[in-house]
Amino acid sequence: MDGVHDMGGMDGFGKVDPEPNEPVFHHRWEGRVLAMSRAIGVFRAWTIDTSRYAIESLAPAIYLTRSYYEKWFLRNQNLLIERGLIDVDEIAAGHALRPGKKHGPFTLADVERVTRRGSYGRPAPALARFKIGDRVRAKNIHPKMHTRLPRYARGHVGVVERLHGAHVFPDSVVAGKGEDPQWLYTVRFDAQELWGAEADPTVKVSIEAFEPYLEHV
Amino acid sequence: MIGFGDDRLAVDVASSVGYILPMAAHDHDHQDGSNLSEMELRVRALETILVEKGYVETAALDRIVELYESKIGPHIGAQVIAKAWSDLSFRQALLEDATKAVSTLAQVGRVGEHLVAVENTPQVHNMVVCTLCSCYPTDVLGLPPVWYKSFAYRSRAVKEPRAVLADFGVTLPAETEIRVWDSTAETRFLVVPMRPAETEGWSEAQLATLITRDCMIGTGLPKKPSEVG
Repeated sequence: MDGVHDMGGMDGFGKVDPEPNEPVFHHRWEGRVLAMSRAIGVFRAWTIDTSRYAIESLAPAIYLTRSYYEKWFLRNQNLLIERGLIDVDEIAAGHALRPGKKHGPFTLADVERVTRRGSYGRPAPALARFKIGDRVRAKNIHPKMHTRLPRYARGHVGVVERLHGAHVFPDSVVAGKGEDPQWLYTVRFDAQELWGAEADPTVKVSIEAFEPYLEHV
Repeated sequence: MIGFGDDRLAVDVASSVGYILPMAAHDHDHQDGSNLSEMELRVRALETILVEKGYVETAALDRIVELYESKIGPHIGAQVIAKAWSDLSFRQALLEDATKAVSTLAQVGRVGEHLVAVENTPQVHNMVVCTLCSCYPTDVLGLPPVWYKSFAYRSRAVKEPRAVLADFGVTLPAETEIRVWDSTAETRFLVVPMRPAETEGWSEAQLATLITRDCMIGTGLPKKPSEVG
């Protein structure tokens, strides 16, 4: 979806403001939100892709004004309700009003597997269409649902720099059509191709592009 | 599957029962701990529900927080980079397959898949961003700092990286190529900075003291030996 989350190249957000000696969490509740997110993840009620889409789907005004972990909290709450794991009246009550579904409990023994990233590589369904060094165009597409092809790259020509094997295809997962593994490439663009003749000629930008995002030039 | 309408519905339903309230203005620290913020209360309520329904155990959540606060952080990446600066065959293995190479380090242990190490040279400076969300090599750097997730960084890093570097006080030669990696899939990038001069004979532990989180993201440079005295 062409949402506000797709921020590459936007102007107006000001300077980057690094915080010296930044704590891991600025409020205790942020750590709890993160921990709940990781824990709920093992129930497989949703995937990394559907959880990203749930944040992208927040209304733009909410996306732009809520902090990072506030958005995570809203995402968790919304998906838990949507999946029937908790109910709206329980949120209002601040307590469980009926027993849980079959999931859980998430215990200490489960912690290690949620603090290491999983694998998204899958057997390739077919030969790769592109090879390293190929000139390719990122398609000018505007899917209404989740995609990982950023707007700023669409319609532009780059060069295939790396080939990562086949990976779970997020667009398909979020559309409810399964993992549908696709070849994943690093495609490098000149900044002037992306941003015009005034752009810095020493800058190159790459995206990680799934094969369906690309076409031969 | 979920659809756009479904998610919006969840938000709307939430609003109608009054548990989505304006909170940004209320969410600030109450140092005395006596007056909990609205977010603290809402998060506690959700945790209570999840525990009471038998989905999670409080101790397991405590442990996750503890891991990210004390165990999984940029010191891991610093050990990896120090090794790469000291051991040429490890450096080559790291650049070939970072997940595999890092997982051979006893002090680090197995890390997640799809880690890619990219090396800075006198000609090329690498910089990592996620314009779409907040993808970050957490296994080796811990959780991302707020600036990495900020709209300013996400919007500008791919368009005017030199100006972004200036925000960090970093100026590179005008002819240096700036190579920006947008983490739009499950690949994760770790920048291998250049080893500072005048560090001949340093141990890996000494070298690690020069390696900052930001230099492994590409928004900083390693410290100079004179800075760690």
